[in-house]
Amino acid sequence: MARHEGRGMASVNYPIGMNLGGDPSQALIHSNPDGKFTVALSAIDLGQGMKQVSRQIAAETLGVPIEDVYVDTADSDTGPHDMGSFASRGTHRMGNAIIVAAREARGVLLEAAAEELEVNAADLVTDGRGNIHVRGAPSRSITVKATAQAAQFKQGKTIAGRGIFLIPLSAVDAETGEMNPNTAFAHACLVADVCVDDETGEVEVLRMTSAYELGRVINPRMVEQQLVGGAWMGISHALYETPEPYYPNPEHGPRDFNEYLMPGPGDIAPYHVTVLERPAPDGPFGGKGPGEMCANPVLPAIANAVYNAVGVRVDELPITPEKILRGLKANGGVKPGPRRGGPVNWR
Amino acid sequence: MAKLPLQFRLNGSDRATFVDPASNLLDTLRRGLGDFGPKYGCGQGTCGVCTVLVDGEPQLACLTLAVSCEGRQIETTSGMADGPNLHPLQDAFMDHFAAQCGFCTPGMLTAARALLAKNPQPSREEVVEAISGNICRCTGYEPIIAAILAAANAPGARRA
Ligand code: FES
Ligand code: FES
Repeated sequence: MARHEGRGMASVNYPIGMNLGGDPSQALIHSNPDGKFTVALSAIDLGQGMKQVSRQIAAETLGVPIEDVYVDTADSDTGPHDMGSFASRGTHRMGNAIIVAAREARGVLLEAAAEELEVNAADLVTDGRGNIHVRGAPSRSITVKATAQAAQFKQGKTIAGRGIFLIPLSAVDAETGEMNPNTAFAHACLVADVCVDDETGEVEVLRMTSAYELGRVINPRMVEQQLVGGAWMGISHALYETPEPYYPNPEHGPRDFNEYLMPGPGDIAPYHVTVLERPAPDGPFGGKGPGEMCANPVLPAIANAVYNAVGVRVDELPITPEKILRGLKANGGVKPGPRRGGPVNWR
Repeated sequence: MAKLPLQFRLNGSDRATFVDPASNLLDTLRRGLGDFGPKYGCGQGTCGVCTVLVDGEPQLACLTLAVSCEGRQIETTSGMADGPNLHPLQDAFMDHFAAQCGFCTPGMLTAARALLAKNPQPSREEVVEAISGNICRCTGYEPIIAAILAAANAPGARRA
């Protein structure tokens, strides 16, 4: 019996969103008489942080404090239309829609403030702390709250904005079938180091190291959080989760993660992520978003690492001990690949 | 079937209710007493989100017969904060981004609370062991482990 270490790599070019039918998102923003803003969306936050990112994008564009923005994703029946939270599209698609809506709302806000201050709206700026003032003359100012109240009760204006982000559907070339369903690509590369036990077929992930390029990172802590959690999911898909075995028949198989295996808190490996930012020209403030690609490269990297460790190429997930042992038998034993260096040098 | 009277202390207050003899503690807390701190995940003892403290011991409320709690002290996450002041574990969970969807959070907090009450300076392995009955689908566990270790070193962490 012996344990064999191996290293595998994988890289991913990940398309953000999917442009089937244009992949539109809408956002509506309005102010309340207390000078706070509500952003209505139909995309939901599953815990990935979309609400927070939406709030940041809206506050930044409106020029108001983040505390004064509320993001409402309550009801897709009554909210503006959205394709949904999938395909890692949240930050990019909804963020862009929010920027359009917030720009329009900001325009009305400044017009209302201009009317109160008796100046030209083009001369007004916001300080991001709840005030609007004449450029270069901070004393000639009015609060966002007073402006919202004047608009509501005196001027009869709605401080509101509508936003949609739509990429026109890409036509399919009749000759070649070629089309371009993508707008923004995010990129990553991941190295997995594993140890394979040739007697039990068990795979232990020793460490993982990755670099992710996600455009401008709008909320660094949430990006890190998603990347770490998603990598765990990748390990889970690669090595654990399956409704098999079907013994004695499929009805007895596990149906969900209460019944099948997932890595627990004792099975996690040290993971080092480096995030690179190359702002996307069409992203909200340059953002693309991590999403599904947090997990994607983990699977092929682990499969490659297993191959490197013992020479068994498993091409069906998950990579279970049973498959490894069958592979070892078919190969007539362990056939390790070339060793590639020592531990990855963490900064 | 006739309902049975049941009394216990919930987060420091005396509570009385009537329960079906077969009802579990989770149902009694959530539907009977309106304490939505403990969550319903699997209802079969595998996910840990329903974890509550019964006389200080972590217990799966979905597998606990309500009537077995007569006269006991039940504690849930609803009673963790002291007015506006969060429990150090709650603060640490926020600081370490230890929740994404947050569904596992009540169970994780309760498991951690039970651990720190008994073992104020746990090792990483002891933390892992303490939360090994709780499934988290989002975080990859690392931020949760980091939060519990940090809370152990924070002042007031042992407050029950
Ligand atoms: S609901 Fe009790 S363990 Fe899942
Ligand atoms: S935060 Fe979603 S299950 Fe733990």
